[in-house]
Amino acid sequence: MEKLIQQIKQGKVWPFAGGIHPPGQKSLSNANPITRLPLPDKLVVPLKQHIGANGQLIVEKGQTVLKGQALTKPVANWSVPVHAPTSGIITDICQMPSAHPSALPELSIIITPDGKDCWCELIPHVSFADLSHDELINIIHNSGISGMGGAGFPTYIKADSRKPIEFLIVNAVECEPYITADDVLMREHAAQIVSGIKIMQQLLCPTLTIIGIEDNKPEAIEAMKLAAKDDESIVVQTVPTVYPSGGERQLIQLLTDKEVPSGGIPADIGVLVHNVGTLYAIEQAVIEGKPLIERVVTVTGNTIHNAGNVWALLGSEIKHLLDCQGFSPVPQQRVVMGGPMMGFTLPTVRIGVIKTTNCILAPDHNELAEPGPEQACIRCSACADACPASLLPQQLQWFAKSKEYDKLKEYNLFDCIECGACAYVCPSEIPLVQYYRVAKVEIKEQQAEKVKAERAKERFELRKERLEREQEARQNRHKRKPAITKSADEKQKVADALARVKSSDEKSDNKSAVAAAIARAKAKKNSGELEPDNSEVAKERAARKEQARAYKAQKEAGSSTDETTEDKKSAVAAAIARAKAKKAAKADEATPSEKSPVDDKKAAVAAAIARAKAKKAAKVEEASATEQPPADDKKAAVAAAIARAKAKKAAKADEAKASLEVIAAAEPEQIQDSAPLSAEDKKKAAVAAAIVRAKAKKAAKADEAKASLEVTAAGEPEQIQDSAPLSAEDKKKAAVAAVAAAIARAKAKKAAKADEAKASLEVTAAGEPEQIQDSAPLSAEDKKKAAVAAAIARAKAKKAAKADEAKASLEVTAVGEPEQIQDSAPLSAEDKKKAAVAKAIARAKAKKTQQEGSDKS
Amino acid sequence: MTLFYALLALGSLALIFGLILGFAAVRFRVQGSPIVEQIDTILPQTQCGQCGYPGCRPYAEAIANGDEINKCPPGGEATVKKLADLMGVEAKPLAGGEQAEPVKTVAYIREDECIGCTKCIQACPVDAIVGATRQMHTVLIDECTGCDLCVEPCPVDCIDMLPLETTKQTWKWQLDAIPVTQID
Repeated sequence: MEKLIQQIKQGKVWPFAGGIHPPGQKSLSNANPITRLPLPDKLVVPLKQHIGANGQLIVEKGQTVLKGQALTKPVANWSVPVHAPTSGIITDICQMPSAHPSALPELSIIITPDGKDCWCELIPHVSFADLSHDELINIIHNSGISGMGGAGFPTYIKADSRKPIEFLIVNAVECEPYITADDVLMREHAAQIVSGIKIMQQLLCPTLTIIGIEDNKPEAIEAMKLAAKDDESIVVQTVPTVYPSGGERQLIQLLTDKEVPSGGIPADIGVLVHNVGTLYAIEQAVIEGKPLIERVVTVTGNTIHNAGNVWALLGSEIKHLLDCQGFSPVPQQRVVMGGPMMGFTLPTVRIGVIKTTNCILAPDHNELAEPGPEQACIRCSACADACPASLLPQQLQWFAKSKEYDKLKEYNLFDCIECGACAYVCPSEIPLVQYYRVAKVEIKEQQAEKVKAERAKERFELRKERLEREQEARQNRHKRKPAITKSADEKQKVADALARVKSSDEKSDNKSAVAAAIARAKAKKNSGELEPDNSEVAKERAARKEQARAYKAQKEAGSSTDETTEDKKSAVAAAIARAKAKKAAKADEATPSEKSPVDDKKAAVAAAIARAKAKKAAKVEEASATEQPPADDKKAAVAAAIARAKAKKAAKADEAKASLEVIAAAEPEQIQDSAPLSAEDKKKAAVAAAIVRAKAKKAAKADEAKASLEVTAAGEPEQIQDSAPLSAEDKKKAAVAAVAAAIARAKAKKAAKADEAKASLEVTAAGEPEQIQDSAPLSAEDKKKAAVAAAIARAKAKKAAKADEAKASLEVTAVGEPEQIQDSAPLSAEDKKKAAVAKAIARAKAKKTQQEGSDKS
Repeated sequence: MTLFYALLALGSLALIFGLILGFAAVRFRVQGSPIVEQIDTILPQTQCGQCGYPGCRPYAEAIANGDEINKCPPGGEATVKKLADLMGVEAKPLAGGEQAEPVKTVAYIREDECIGCTKCIQACPVDAIVGATRQMHTVLIDECTGCDLCVEPCPVDCIDMLPLETTKQTWKWQLDAIPVTQID
């Protein structure tokens, strides 16, 4: 150890293997002092400018902020705040392209400067020696300092290292061509940098601090030596100019002859490396109290007139920097962020400067040519000679191309620092680094997936256990009490229904209330499935849905009804009919039917809802259900009829011939509503809306077998007749007949996969859902309007059939002849009458997706 | 006499080895088939059931018992290849002849259309959907395996399978994005 320090103090360096000598091009930009740019028009400050998590927003749109005010506060580990680079107004907080090769959008704060450049209150600590360790760490953390050399590692984590540090290394090498930001910073601010070093020394107590500077920066070496001459523990070491000696691992080896183990970090061997820019920022944060809001950026390249270094506010758009330095772009100009070796071409120049932006390079075509086409590797091994990490780039390239990720790991791909030396020397112009980058992402993704799969497996097994437990618990419960609750429930319902009938009888004397009936029938077949019995909930929900739909239909049907809303309205029947047909696995039938008439005070009407659900899979199930819940409110209500027919079918035939025929015929409803209404005052007559849906889903998978499936889903659910003869006596205006709206949908989905087999599938989805006859002879006297039928029918048929390695013949016939609407609405209206008549919409959609592996279908 | 000694020697040797083997059989007994574990780790654990088995582990057991190795669409060709290596059989193209590279998807519930029926929750093999009766449901994106099983039961078709969004971590570099050749 003593010997090592002695050697270091004598100026000994230990060159690492490999490295290249690209032309430096530094004289373009290092001649002039750092200039300050005028305030830009706007600043785009991304929340995340470092490695780690972004902080939590603590400002909002429209807020006025002062220069140096924190915009985010650190929350999670490794999160670092950002600060307002100048005073102004936050005009927006939105996703903006990020300073990343992908330019994927990143949440950013957009500040419009007010020109005052007014600082917030700063807390300087001139004598930092008084500050405790934690106070210093907090200042560094809250000032938003992250590594400014390129990687952007949060500095407070490095500074808070728990491991004993022998060597603090100051990275002033700046080995990449063109970049001179650190060079000029050292020339101008050597004293501040040394102060920053002293702060770090106080935090880390290293035995020795080594400042490594390449020998092509004699002025910076002089300046640093001068600034550090009082301190025995700081050594300014001159290192030969080799790219990439500025790489962390390479620099450690160069200065201390120690090698960072693969997969380890420098702190493992008692070394910590900080960039000079970071140390300057630390000095500013602690002694001046200024957070990190600006940095030195080299703006260079042959297309820049005044190439040089500038103090750029974080968030200044690259365009602003280029414009201020005089920029005459060439055709197909590229602008590179970072140096020519490790930087990336910006997709747009409207990206803000971030904490790691050390250089903006705008080269012309001569100085940085587009890479030529990749050619075959000639196994010259120049890349292996150049590799500073002593890897085998050529081998890695083969493995990356053939996606042999295990091999890549074996050959230590993750020790690659992506310096680009191998690609630089490659005579075949193979973009080697790109291959490694892609491979690294792939490997990381695979690892993430593995972790995710492990978690999914765990969750799956836990769920299985839970389900078993629940099933057991249910069985035990059933044994104990044999369905008492259910019978009690039913009794209650019957009692309710009786009461309602009575009340309606009483009231219907006075007012023209009509009977309403609800019939429900549901058929579920869950043989052995683990579904909670939520039929009650489902019923309620269905009822609500239907009301909503009726309301919608009413709205649709009519501007006319709206117009009529004067004093009197008489609302009419609403009939909703649904037919759903589902079929699953085995046959089950259940037809509970209930009737519960409900009545309210005023002229009430009929509403009929019918549902039929039937599930069927593999075998046939039928269920027909009729529901007629009357919904009555104060105004004579409406008729809406909705019918749905759904048919699902999933048939799997395996290693066998399976022929399945499914006929789901849902003809659930014939609803007749005769609601003679004699409404006196403020009545409305809104009319029938009928919606029919028929959905038929079918998923048939046939595997290694011939499977022929036929599904016929015919939904002819409705025949609705509404005859609402209205005779209004006094002051009657509007008698409106807005009539039938019928919507029929038939969806048929079919997914059939046939594998190694012949599969023939036929799906016939015929939705002929409606025949609506509305005869609403209205004899209204005054201000009557009649709005009439709206009928909507939809038939959708989806089919996805996949047949593979087999002949698959699929036929889908979707017949949608949904509507025959007859509206005979003889209206004899005298005054201001309007007759809005039939709307009929019929849609038939048929989607068919066939994916076939083989040619035949 | 020589014959007797020979028989005695061989017999005693056989007895000794028999005892050793018998002991080893009891002592080092393997619970279950280790090959199933290995196959299970290769499978993608989406629990989607596209193989025809109710989950990845049942399929792993089926493979161990001689079923085809090409029935896992989410795993893609890579999984088939790994399984072929492990099982020592010929790698086959994926059954169903689908796209070579499966696109990773996750389920998204269009929440304003969700009616709260809980059907998708029951269908989800990894409990990645949260919600309650008549309450909006939502998918835990990090836990979703993209198995599609929730799409079919949805009565209002409000579940979409969307491809996973690219983040900076998952973004794949485009080759040739960075110029590396320099001409002076």
